[in-house]
Amino acid sequence: MTRHPLAAGLMASHPLDRLNTPSPAISGTDVIARVNRRTGLSLLATLITIALPGAANAHDFSIGDIRIGHPWTRATPGGAKVAGGYITIENTGAKPDRLIGGTMEVASRVELHEMSVTDGIMRMRELPAGVSVPAGGRVEMKPGGYHIMFLDLRRPLKQGEKVTGTLVFENAGRVDIEFQVDAMGSPGVPGGHPH
Amino acid sequence: MNMLKLIRYGAWAIVAAIVFVAGALALGWWQVDGPGRVGVSAGGMEIKGLPQIGGPFTLIDHRVDHRGKTVTERDFLGRPTLVFFGFTHCPEVCPTTLFEITTRLQKLGAGADSLQVLFITTDPERDTPEQMALYLQSFDPRIIGLSGTREQVDAAVLAYKAYAKRIPTEDGGYTMDHTASVFLMDRNGRFAGLIDYHEQEAPALAKMRRLLAR
Ligand SMILES: [Cu+2]
Repeated sequence: MTRHPLAAGLMASHPLDRLNTPSPAISGTDVIARVNRRTGLSLLATLITIALPGAANAHDFSIGDIRIGHPWTRATPGGAKVAGGYITIENTGAKPDRLIGGTMEVASRVELHEMSVTDGIMRMRELPAGVSVPAGGRVEMKPGGYHIMFLDLRRPLKQGEKVTGTLVFENAGRVDIEFQVDAMGSPGVPGGHPH
Repeated sequence: MNMLKLIRYGAWAIVAAIVFVAGALALGWWQVDGPGRVGVSAGGMEIKGLPQIGGPFTLIDHRVDHRGKTVTERDFLGRPTLVFFGFTHCPEVCPTTLFEITTRLQKLGAGADSLQVLFITTDPERDTPEQMALYLQSFDPRIIGLSGTREQVDAAVLAYKAYAKRIPTEDGGYTMDHTASVFLMDRNGRFAGLIDYHEQEAPALAKMRRLLAR
């Protein structure tokens, strides 16, 4: 079976129509139908992703007793040299642990910071001792509080991309993680809007 | 006869009451919204005897078509103005505030075209004209980047009773603590209030609309 590539492209652009028709038996030759169906399913998955940001954005990493939830950051303005990364850290173990540093592919340095806005003034300080996570405890690094500071960005961060790096814990050791880049000004996790 | 007198007194009493209420309303308007206004509304609170906020400054305009042009507060008179102090090496407050101003300007549409937004860097050493121009490309083109010498920037911060402090970091670098609120200045250069960093969207927009209507 041969079809003009343009026809296949047009069909692929209306994959949901395809889903509404009774599922055809897929013969070995009906490759295009299968591709269109797959496109439809992935579009459906994308729609579900958009509809359920919390569920779909959740991406977790773990090392030893440490679980890292939903690392995310924000798209940066042109020429920006810094960005803030946010995560939740859960310590399922019986011993306290401590986030002490990390690396980012897009930044030449990483530091752990705390920021606050009090009486109309923004203050930011380095956390020289890192971020401690008590045994069985959970720490949220989120806007308006703790962040992982990416310094000397090599390039701006673009919405929708993922940037990789590592985090280092005193006890659990080093773990590879991936930050999702949300929109500039994004409140991050659903319900976590600081405004 | 006595009855008539009573009615006449009653009528005068009613007239006196009406005059009193009207006078009180007029006085209230004169003090709150009229020319007799003594305080300014900031964060919904009436502040009396507020110190002078805003004043003379000399800075350098970083818009590409004005590159290096020296400007003073006089260049921005005649139009309502938002003033925000920050720096481009700021991970959260500055990009978020500039982004929020951008979306609010979009929401206000052409009605906000008379509004000027000044982004004054508190970090002129790193925020070169090129850096400011590049950074502000990501935001509404109505936002004007201003810088200057360290002395000029410090004078502008002082004029607005704002706060900016260089904080050294362990690696030999530094960060800036700075005022995170946005100053609302009316077309005569008079302070008209603040938009707080944590301000809800609706009141922030309402304050911008009020400033435009002044
Ligand atoms: Cu920081």
